[in-house]
Amino acid sequence: MTGKIRGISGPTVHVDLKGLKLFERVYVGRDMLTGEVVRLQEDGAVVQVYESTSGLGVGEPVKGAGMPLTVRLGPGIISGMFDGLQRPLERLRDVMGPFIISGREIYAIDYTAKWLFSPSKKIGDDIAPGEIIGFVQERQFKHFITARNTTSKKLSWIADGEITLGDSFARFEDGEEIMGCFEWPVRIPRPYRRKLPSSGALVTGQRSIDFLFPFARGGTAILPGGFGTGKTVLEQAIAKFADVDIVVYVGCGERGNEMAEMIEEFQTLKDPWSGKQLMERTILVVNTSNMPVAAREASIYTAVTMAEYYRDMGYHVLFLADSISRWAEALREISASLEEMPAEEGYPTYLASRLAGFLERAGVVETMSGAIGSLTMILSVSPPGGDFTEPVAQACLRTGGVFLMLDTSLAHRRHFPAINWFQSYSLYSKKTTLYYNDKVSPEWEKMQLRCREILQKEESLREIAEIIGIEGLQDADRLLMKVAGMVRTDFLSQNSFTEDAFSPPEKTFSIIKGILDFYDSELGKLKEKPSHVE
Amino acid sequence: MRLSEHRYRTVSSLAGSLLFVQNVFEARIGEVVNVLAPDGRSMVGEVLRIEGGTVLVEVYGETSGLDIGHTTVVFTDSVRKAPLSPEIIGRVFNGSFEPIDGAPMFIPEKQEPVNGFPINPAARARPREFIETGYSVIDGLNTLVKGQKLPIFSCAGLPSKEMVAGILTNARLTEGGGKFTVVFAALGLTFHEYSYYMEVLEGMKTGFVAFANMADKPVMERLLAPRFALTAAEYLAFDKGMDVLVIITDMTNYCDALREISTSREELPGRRGYPGYMYSDLASLFERAGRIRGGKGSVTMLPVVTMPEDDITHPIPDLTGYITEGQIVLSRDLHQVNIFPPVDVLPSLSRLMQKGIGAGRTREDHRSISNHLYKYYAAGRDLRRLEAIVGRDAMTKNDILMLDFADAFEREFVNQGLSRRSISETLDTGLDLMKRFSLDTS
Repeated sequence: MTGKIRGISGPTVHVDLKGLKLFERVYVGRDMLTGEVVRLQEDGAVVQVYESTSGLGVGEPVKGAGMPLTVRLGPGIISGMFDGLQRPLERLRDVMGPFIISGREIYAIDYTAKWLFSPSKKIGDDIAPGEIIGFVQERQFKHFITARNTTSKKLSWIADGEITLGDSFARFEDGEEIMGCFEWPVRIPRPYRRKLPSSGALVTGQRSIDFLFPFARGGTAILPGGFGTGKTVLEQAIAKFADVDIVVYVGCGERGNEMAEMIEEFQTLKDPWSGKQLMERTILVVNTSNMPVAAREASIYTAVTMAEYYRDMGYHVLFLADSISRWAEALREISASLEEMPAEEGYPTYLASRLAGFLERAGVVETMSGAIGSLTMILSVSPPGGDFTEPVAQACLRTGGVFLMLDTSLAHRRHFPAINWFQSYSLYSKKTTLYYNDKVSPEWEKMQLRCREILQKEESLREIAEIIGIEGLQDADRLLMKVAGMVRTDFLSQNSFTEDAFSPPEKTFSIIKGILDFYDSELGKLKEKPSHVE
Repeated sequence: MRLSEHRYRTVSSLAGSLLFVQNVFEARIGEVVNVLAPDGRSMVGEVLRIEGGTVLVEVYGETSGLDIGHTTVVFTDSVRKAPLSPEIIGRVFNGSFEPIDGAPMFIPEKQEPVNGFPINPAARARPREFIETGYSVIDGLNTLVKGQKLPIFSCAGLPSKEMVAGILTNARLTEGGGKFTVVFAALGLTFHEYSYYMEVLEGMKTGFVAFANMADKPVMERLLAPRFALTAAEYLAFDKGMDVLVIITDMTNYCDALREISTSREELPGRRGYPGYMYSDLASLFERAGRIRGGKGSVTMLPVVTMPEDDITHPIPDLTGYITEGQIVLSRDLHQVNIFPPVDVLPSLSRLMQKGIGAGRTREDHRSISNHLYKYYAAGRDLRRLEAIVGRDAMTKNDILMLDFADAFEREFVNQGLSRRSISETLDTGLDLMKRFSLDTS
């Protein structure tokens, strides 16, 4: 089915092709640029092109792919680096050199690579939909191969041993085959049996998060902050040290140098939990700010689909996007080129519902094969001018479970992570505190309350101290100021570039306990000897 | 590919720099067109939008004098390209890449599209090699490294021009570095500024490529000039293996041109009337900085942004800050007390500094000196507020010491007038200062 280009305006292309479906993938022009049908009209369709349209001409051919925008799912994704359309960047570099020239499709998965398949089912077994039939070893992970039949069927043949992804892994009696990899539309969430309430804390190794604003497995967190507040550094620190199996990191409209830095670090640093190289548990999706805007919009969907795929095998997956504001801006640009009615600040009215729909893909689930897997999401937000009343930050606030406000004034004082302890919150606090009470110390919750109290008191004392000077305060208050200072600099601050970058909960606890014990003993001395402190 | 040029006289409407041409056969987006006015003038334009046979063309010249009926539009079947040759070094061009230094046009070795192509993130090398600007406050505390983009946030009336001139003449690599060139793009220049910069460039003789877009030139040229400059920079860096420092001044003029054109295209305005795609547009320039793994050469960028109303949250500095790897912020207060360069150390930041300093790059003690200077200065600055309330006499001895240190730091370390300091001199100045105040530097 081919047609012709009739008109072009920025990334949107009008084509005269009929019989397309909404959101069908389309190849546009002689260079076969990838696009997606966003609107159908009586006389043709409007296509959103995911690559630069510079040089594209009217009259060039257009072809429908017969299926929506998909990603390829199968062994070999882990430690890969992809663009927003899941093209493997390393192989792209080997083929076309250091610059990305548009219009070239390279499969994300290498079909010729050999894998060792260990079947867990045998001929004659009944296979229910979504059941596991065996696994291949992908780095340190068992990559489970699942059946995708819709009704229960009997196996007539199953492979064993060395196999490539182009081969059939098993066959049913009616001839249907199970392949090692398949395509899945990015905008449709992967199926599961049921969603479960989020359980257990997700340890990040960041003291201020684990102690004051804990994350839950299967939860969502948002990190808004102006530029220079350390969003990226914090996200990357979490990506490095979080207690999860697999990390999917999306560099969405951000800096290329930052990604180069991250790749280099992830290839050298070790995962503190497994001892393996960090890159061996990481999938990177990179769409830097100068790569096509429309692909930036697709990139978070590409990434989350891969994350869900590993969740479906019963793994705990962490999804991080930096930054969701750039995604929203891409959405705005596309919306404008479609001449849709804009809402606040030019963003389309469906911004909030799209975002909510996306965040709902997080969660703890019982998978089709009965395992428990989780997908946790952390999104950074870059509010223009550091103004949190803007539409993207507001839309995130309504759905995010943890809100970590990154503060410009803390960043200027070089207090990192610059998490503002008054404005931030975690809706998972109750449940996760029980977890830490149980796993680390029964005193966890008590310490947490005292820590908050000290910080709160310091704030009110600080105002007084600014007027009358610190010398004018009472001894007990001066002691509190001193202790609060210790909490801020020795406990809440954490340098991401030193050994201290990762703080296990036990260490977190022992530091705060040390500080509070010091406070208690000094308080005791004060009571004995009311005129002296130091 | 078309076999011949296509010429049309079917202009159906004209508005500002935009014109519609009817019944065009197979135009391309971004295609370069030549517009021939009835009086014989020729201008360049670009295809912006196509709807069937109707093509919207943006003209890069003065459109007064164009009409419907006699104006001819020639479609060239090619996107906008920059002519390139090693001979561009030492030359001065206008915003349309035509020589304005009196010498004849060079013979291009090749032509490259001005928009360039994004560097594959997997092919990028991490920036980590030091570039010496000659200013202590940059080299010592906010170090610039090859492949970085570090803007200067200035305010109207501050001597950013003099600072740029200093960097133009003083920037160099440390010993053993490769071949170094500055590409200088000046956008929306007044004649006063133009003559100032020309004098500076004449003094340099070579080692630069300059693009000067004057304030009275059509705004489209303002959008084009930095793209020519960056295409030239990429060519020198990645084809010729040179280390190129691109200085663009003033990005505020660029953004205003972008807004003007966006409005004339009747696009939806974003914050303060700037188009919603300004982030992506700025990124398409700034992200061209970088290094390539396994390859020689680098493109480093130092754009100057004048913050309207001295407001760092204004969309121009704000979006710039989100794209670049740090910022150098100038301060009116320091300028008032005659400190040059008037860089405010506290909000300034170079994100890529950590890997670019230390043994083998600058000096072993660089990190420690820079951290200590920052810490003591920040403490001193904090105390100034207290001093204003309680007065100097009511403060402790140690607090007074910190206050005095902060003053001395501004006067002796930040302030250096027109002199050039090597990185060694910079670090020694900082170290001596701290020793004089008997501050702990370990």
